[in-house]
Amino acid sequence: MESILTVTNLTKKFGFLTAVNDLSFTIEKGNVYGILGPNGSGKSTTLGIVLNVVNPSNGSFSWFNGNLTTHQALKKVGAIIERPNFYPYMTAVQNLKLVCKIKEVPHDKIEEKLELVGLLDRKNSKFSTYSLGMKQRLAIASALLNDPVILILDEPTNGLDPQGIHQIREIIKTIASQGTTILLASHLLDEVEKVCSHVIILRKGEKLYSGRVDDMLASYGFFELKSEQTDALIDFLEKHASFGTIKQENGVIKVILKEEMDAKTLNQHLFEKGIVLSHLVKRKESLEEQFLTLTSNTQKHA
Amino acid sequence: MLRLLQIEFIKLWNNRASKILIISYFTLLVCMALLAAIKFDIGPVKFHIADQGVFNFPYIWHLNTWIAGGLKLFFAIVIVSMMANEYSNKTIKQNLIDGLSKKEFIASKFLTVFTFSLISTLFVFLVSLVLGLFYSDYTELSIIFSDLEYLLAYFVKLLGFFSFCLFLGILVKRSAFALGFLIVWYAIENLALRFLVWWFAGSEASSTFMKYLPLESMSNLIKEPVSRFNAVQSVVAQMGETFNKDYNIHFYEILIVLCWTAIFIYLSYALLKRRDL
Repeated sequence: MESILTVTNLTKKFGFLTAVNDLSFTIEKGNVYGILGPNGSGKSTTLGIVLNVVNPSNGSFSWFNGNLTTHQALKKVGAIIERPNFYPYMTAVQNLKLVCKIKEVPHDKIEEKLELVGLLDRKNSKFSTYSLGMKQRLAIASALLNDPVILILDEPTNGLDPQGIHQIREIIKTIASQGTTILLASHLLDEVEKVCSHVIILRKGEKLYSGRVDDMLASYGFFELKSEQTDALIDFLEKHASFGTIKQENGVIKVILKEEMDAKTLNQHLFEKGIVLSHLVKRKESLEEQFLTLTSNTQKHA
Repeated sequence: MLRLLQIEFIKLWNNRASKILIISYFTLLVCMALLAAIKFDIGPVKFHIADQGVFNFPYIWHLNTWIAGGLKLFFAIVIVSMMANEYSNKTIKQNLIDGLSKKEFIASKFLTVFTFSLISTLFVFLVSLVLGLFYSDYTELSIIFSDLEYLLAYFVKLLGFFSFCLFLGILVKRSAFALGFLIVWYAIENLALRFLVWWFAGSEASSTFMKYLPLESMSNLIKEPVSRFNAVQSVVAQMGETFNKDYNIHFYEILIVLCWTAIFIYLSYALLKRRDL
């Protein structure tokens, strides 16, 4: 498969703080990638480095197999990072014309892209008069002007109202359905779960997981159990090889499965041991729970 | 190259404040011609500047480039804010993400400064030429086009000064503070450094040393022309004194300013390259 971006052993230090630590990954054409991580996990820094605005302390990255210099490659990329930055005294059209000049593409796509993000009727208003949602949509229009090979979005729904979030997600889905590669950084898990096919999980600048979202979710699930004989139950679970971590929350015991087992079998086993359950549920983890397990596990090791 | 100029032009021309300042600057340059209209008519004292021979070729080149040089401070506001605004609007970040390289970014600013200096020089040339043709006592071609090195000096002076402004804009990132820094730097050169060297090495060393400082070398390019003026000379002669001043422009003086220009542009680039945005 054609690789668009390769990041190799990237490290960025801000004084004593290591924002990105020895990070490597590859972005391939046609997939929708999510970079997940809590605030301050190095998502924006990583994107800043590959977008030429932050200097790496160590390591390297290359666009399109290194066939183009970074600034030439960026002309084929559409990117929105953090807040939308435009000239406040210029109108939407004037701002987009400037972007066209920088990207060396003709002006004729401006109307089309403004229509896509629903800003055509406000095209001659100054940028400073726009609401945050409109600014964000203008940023998307601007990123699409060159029909990019890859679209990079950093927290695109941050600070928007539900309606704005919905609009942005719809736009992203439309773009993804056209076959554009997307790299979406977010701390909103359901956002990534809904849109992305691949995910890279970061914590404190280190990569915890990288691969398909489906593979990550393909765990054996977990049981939620409740019984009056709590101690005996925990004792049984600890001795059984099929179970992993055991947690107690509000009297409910949550136990993670290490291998396949259905609720009926467990119930049978327990009943044979004389343990009677008052509550038994088998569930699959959502991405959110997966993510929290992953990030908190490594926290203990660290 | 044209693309880089166009980029900068879109940014400047759509900004109302910049547009007004640019137009005013060039209007003021043309207004130099109004000097000719200055007449004092107070009873017995009749004084008409145009009749005093100040617009004689080639002296007019010297006078007008000197006067116009004073207006550069006014234009410094435009230059400083065109750099500092990129930081305060964070548009510099967006420009780089959109695919402008850091080198191109600096080049687009420098080309703009270069173009403005060129246009300004052209304006001064035309205004002086017209003014001279009207009032000069000598209109032989060979006299008209002598001493044109003042125009070259004027151009280099603007280029150097504006490059300094660009550098300050990128260094300080806020237009108001950058302009403040410009004034502070002027004070540092003229008070701190001048007297420090004077204190340690004497007045001669001090005045030699001053020639190499950025702002001083720029203002030193075109020396004040007033004392060269016939009427002033004769007054001084009546008092039994003579001026022995070198009004010429020396090659090494131009070279010093060009060196500073190169240093400022390189430093701006180095700063931009090193900084995380």
